[in-house]
This record gives sequence, C-alpha cells and structure tokens, in this order.
Amino acid sequence: MRDLPVVKVDGVLELEHAVVDGIDVSGSWNRMFTQRSITDYPTEAMDWVTGLDGGESMRDCYQCGKCVPVCPVDHVGDYGPRKLNVKVLRGSDLLDDPDLWLCTTCGNCYRVCPKEVNPLRIMPAIREQAVLQGKIPDELADTFQKLQRTGNPLGESARKRADWATEAGVPVPLISELGRPVDVLWYVSDYTSYHPRGKDAARAMARVLTALGVDFAILGAEERSDGDSARLAGESGLFEMLAEQNIRTLSKYEFSRLVVMDPHAYNAFKNHYPRLGWEGEVLHYTQFLAPLVDRMVWQSRVELDVTYHDPCYLGRNNGEYDAPRTLLEAIPGIRLVEMPHTRANGYCCGGGGGGMWLDGFVADHVSERLSERRVREAVATVGTDGTGVLSVACPYEPSRFEDAVKSTGNDGRLVVRDIIELIEQAMQPSSS
Amino acid sequence: MELVVLLKQVPDLAEELEIDASGKELARDWLSYVTSEWDEYALEEALQLRELAGGTVTCLALDTGSVDELLATCLARGADRVIKVGSYERAPDSHASASAFAAVLRTVGHDLVLVGVQAIDDLDGQLGPLLAAELGLPHVSVVTHIAVGSDGKTVTANQEYAGGLVAEFEVDLPAVLGVQTSREAPRYAPVSRVRQLMKTATIEALDAPAAPDGGLIVESMSLPTASGHAEMIGGDAATVADRIVAILAERGLTRTGAAS
Repeated sequence: MRDLPVVKVDGVLELEHAVVDGIDVSGSWNRMFTQRSITDYPTEAMDWVTGLDGGESMRDCYQCGKCVPVCPVDHVGDYGPRKLNVKVLRGSDLLDDPDLWLCTTCGNCYRVCPKEVNPLRIMPAIREQAVLQGKIPDELADTFQKLQRTGNPLGESARKRADWATEAGVPVPLISELGRPVDVLWYVSDYTSYHPRGKDAARAMARVLTALGVDFAILGAEERSDGDSARLAGESGLFEMLAEQNIRTLSKYEFSRLVVMDPHAYNAFKNHYPRLGWEGEVLHYTQFLAPLVDRMVWQSRVELDVTYHDPCYLGRNNGEYDAPRTLLEAIPGIRLVEMPHTRANGYCCGGGGGGMWLDGFVADHVSERLSERRVREAVATVGTDGTGVLSVACPYEPSRFEDAVKSTGNDGRLVVRDIIELIEQAMQPSSS
Repeated sequence: MELVVLLKQVPDLAEELEIDASGKELARDWLSYVTSEWDEYALEEALQLRELAGGTVTCLALDTGSVDELLATCLARGADRVIKVGSYERAPDSHASASAFAAVLRTVGHDLVLVGVQAIDDLDGQLGPLLAAELGLPHVSVVTHIAVGSDGKTVTANQEYAGGLVAEFEVDLPAVLGVQTSREAPRYAPVSRVRQLMKTATIEALDAPAAPDGGLIVESMSLPTASGHAEMIGGDAATVADRIVAILAERGLTRTGAAS
C-alpha cells in the first residue's frame, strides 16, 4: 500500500449553510440519490453476451477508448471495439450487425486494453450463435462448405494437396511412404499447398530443407486445414472436425517436431489442439530455420530494401518477432527497414479471423482493404523504384498483398515475397 | 401440411472422377459424397413452405450405408423428422428407389412430396414420375416455384420453358413435385449442430421390400473424348486480324471466297 492520507467519514450532515476552512461552500444539494440512467438500458443483450463461453469479458469494458485508434479496421471505417460494447449496452446482440464480421481478431485492441476485454474470445462466441441461427454471410458459408467437403478453403481436391511437390526439384517424401520416424514433420498448410503463390513458398521451403540436410516428410493428401480461421469465424464444430481428422493422422506417425508454414496453423497446434488431445513441439518455419542460419550457404546477394510484415498470429498473438528478422538479417545484401506499424503494433492484413473469406462483405463497410492500407505503408517505407520488397511469413499474405499492390496502382513498384523465397534466392547462384 | 423430401448422395466433383478396372463403375477409393444439389433445393423449398403454411418436414433417404450425416444435416437445417429406408450396398436405380420410397410412403403421412428433379449421377429425372405413378398421385417436374393454395388442398407449381415462358399448374394434394430450384439458396448447416445431432438425434429406420433394378444397365463407362480445340491467336492486333481473316476465308465465310 502506498502511504496516502486516510479520509475518514463519520457521517453525513445536511446543513443550510456550510463553511469549511473559512470558505462558504453552501449550495443546492447535488448528491446522486438515484441510480445513473445508464442502467435504464436493457441488460438482456449484455447478459446474453457475457453468458456465452468466451463472451464474459465484454462487460469489463469501461469505455476508455484506447482500443479504437489501434484497431486496423477503425483506420478504414467506422468500426471500433469500444463501439461494440456500446451497441451491446444499448440492447443489440450484434447478430444482425455487420460489425460482427469486421473484426479480424488481430488482437491489437486486447494488447492495449487495461481491462483485458478480449475479442479473440468474444467474437468467435457471438459469431457461433449467428452461425447456428443461419445469420452468416454467403461467401463465408461457401468457404465453410469447402472446408467441410475438401478440407481446404479453396475447395480443391484433397487428393491433390501435395501436387506442388512434383515441381519442387527435390524429393519431398510422404511420411506414410517413408515407414520410419522423421525429425521434422512439415505441415505445409492450405494456401501453401494450393495457391499458385503459396506453392512457390512450398517449393522454396522444400529446397531449403533439402540443402540444410533436414530429415523431413510431409503428410500429403492426409493433411487437412488446421481450421483455426474457421474457429475464429464462429464455426467451432468445423474446427473440431478438422482438428480431429488431423490429430488422427498425426497420431499414426512418429516425428520429433511439427514445423508449419502458416501462423494460423501454428496458433491452432500450439494453443488449441492440446485441449482436443494432441500435444507436441510445434514451430513456425521461421522459428525452425532461425537457429540454422549459420549452416546456410549463401551463393548470391539479394540487394534489396526489405520491410517485414508481422503476421498477427505469429507476432502479436504468439509473441514471435525475432525469428523472421534473424533470417532476413542473415541474407547477404538485404537492407531491413521497419514500417511505422511494426512488431506488437503491426498492422493487420485483413485476412485473419475469417476476413480472408469475407472480402466482398467487408468491402461494403470500409473505405479500403486493410491489405491496401498496409501496402501503402510498405511503399512509403521501401520506396517505389522496384527494389523494395514487402516480406511476409504467412501464406494468406502473398495473394492479399499482391492484389493490393495492383489495386493501389503500385504494380511493378513493390514486390511481395515470403521470407522463405528470399532465403532460397540467396542460396541459389546468382542468375545474372 | 405434411411435407416429405427425398434425398440422396452423389459423388463430390471436388475430386476428379476415375473409372474402375471393370470399366462400368466409378473408382470409389477417393470418392467423397455430397447431398445431391437438387435435393438440397427440394429441402430448402420444403422448409420455406413450412414457414409459410405450417406443418412438418420429413426427410427420407435410402440407407446406402452413409446417410446418417446427410439426415443429421437435414435436421440441422430444420427438418422435423428423418428416416432412412431399407438397406443397400450401393445406390439402386430410379425404378428400385421409387418402389422403395412408395412402400414407405404408404405408412408415412404426406401431403406434398418434393424430390430433386434430377441428380448428376444418372441425369434421368425419373424418380418423381415413377414414384407418382406407383402412388397414383399427380406430378409436375422441373418446378421453379411452389405456392400452397388458400384451402390447403392444392398447390400451384410453376414450370419454366425455353424463351422465358412459364406454365402455372394447379395440383391437387397429395402430389409429387420435381424441384428445379428453391426461392432462396439452401441454408448453411453448421457443423457444430450436425455433430451434436449425430450424437443425440433419432434417425428412424423403415424397411422397404427389395425391388429388382428395372432401369438401365451400365455396359461401359468412358471419359468424354476431346474433339477439336480452340486456337489461341497471338501477336499484335494486325497479326491477329490477318489470322482471323484467313480463318474466315478458309471456311468460305468471306464474300470474296478463299483469299488469293
């Protein structure tokens, strides 16, 4: 306890005139005898939200507003976490409010909230109720169905999940065919397996692992989406279904650690699969490779100005800021420059928490995409002469940022590269 | 109003289809199954009609060994009662399906029976007509809109024709309708609810007398062979224009005939 003077109140007197220390403080009686009118608002909505598993902290908000200026969606629209609390106080359950789907669960508001009001738990809880009532944007429902049917959000054939490997230029063993334990089970992830730009990262990773002599294998067609973004978008049943499929598969094989490409997968395996029965060492690929930089043999210099976008689910929500930077700084020639919004205050790309599958819906409620805002920041940081690179470490981002580079008129002026692509480039002999 | 919907599963085209060694069947190793798209329209339409006219929605599916999830999904979307019918190693053809459904519909109450007008695995569109014939009920196919009459004893059903023509039928109930589309996209069935229902819901089972397949026999199956292909014309505008002129001339489509 700090040493503060103690004021003791013995009783309350009501006087016509009061003089304290020679000063007349008489005046009309102004003490508040009735409850403030705020409790005239209906409490049902707040009671309902805080009754949901995960919704409890909504009531703790005391409207300080620190969350609003750090919210990436607020920068491009009217949305703000504090405003959600006001809406609920005034009786809205948010089920029919577009705001319900704008939060990307990036976690920047939770970082600064003195009351620890946590949208990473609140939003999935309310969204789950919306999903159960059929109040779900069509494009999100479409992606949920693809995840359900094919185990990936693109609706591609599950059987073709490892087709990228045929063009990797190095053998990519399937653990089912290896018939022995491996050091690294590499969980390739959805967009890395199927998206054209994701596959570039997968092939680069395969070549880097091979060059480093890592004993690795992949799951191939047995791999399913980690499901984390479906969980954050309110489909906990879909998440559990996918997680159970992955856990059944993982439990068939012996490996020392799981290395994943996607920060969302990292978040799922690290923080949410344990309660469903899988526990083991899981590393984001930057965490796995960072201690190995001394073994990397560089054959060319990458003379580029590079800035780095912290993925919300690697950086802010899981505390890993250094591994990606260790890798970038080890690449000969790269000049690493930080953007104003960096590390814990990194700006969200807009793809998390289901945002990846809500672009059309969200576009009606924002002045520009979060990815566009971020690309402008990158351009301002590394310039527009074509030597600037926006480097990323999340498979959601190459497609999001490359689209944003085009839509902001920066085509040819800024390049988007996964860190693994830059590493692989420097490990190859210079092509020029 | 007692609404009954008949549903089945078909191969999911997310996977490329392959023909097995016998040359008469799809290779099933990698096949996954989804509810037939038109059956989903029929269910959505039934749920919409129930909202307007009241009553119950009952879903029936032939038990081909993997229909529990299909029926739980029907419950998740809002069906009142689900029943699997008979027991089959593989999906029977439309004739056998119609007689099995007809047999159980003699004990399951129905004012309006909705079926998907067709399915991608046979494209014969015969289940509705065959079932209606067995039960002696009126039937309309390719229905795009259904409205229940004010007396609750008839429905009007729209059928679309080429050229934008629409026929409107008044149909006495009970009746069988083949549904082409629903007024709204089929609602999403949350996996959370389907999984819960898989554990807790009652899926009834009714026997159906075995009926011989009476329709088509598949003698062989083959992938369509590609005949001809598009020519991509490259180069600048003048080169492309020259090539187009040359092609038109080759085919005798220019006024001056073949270019000299």
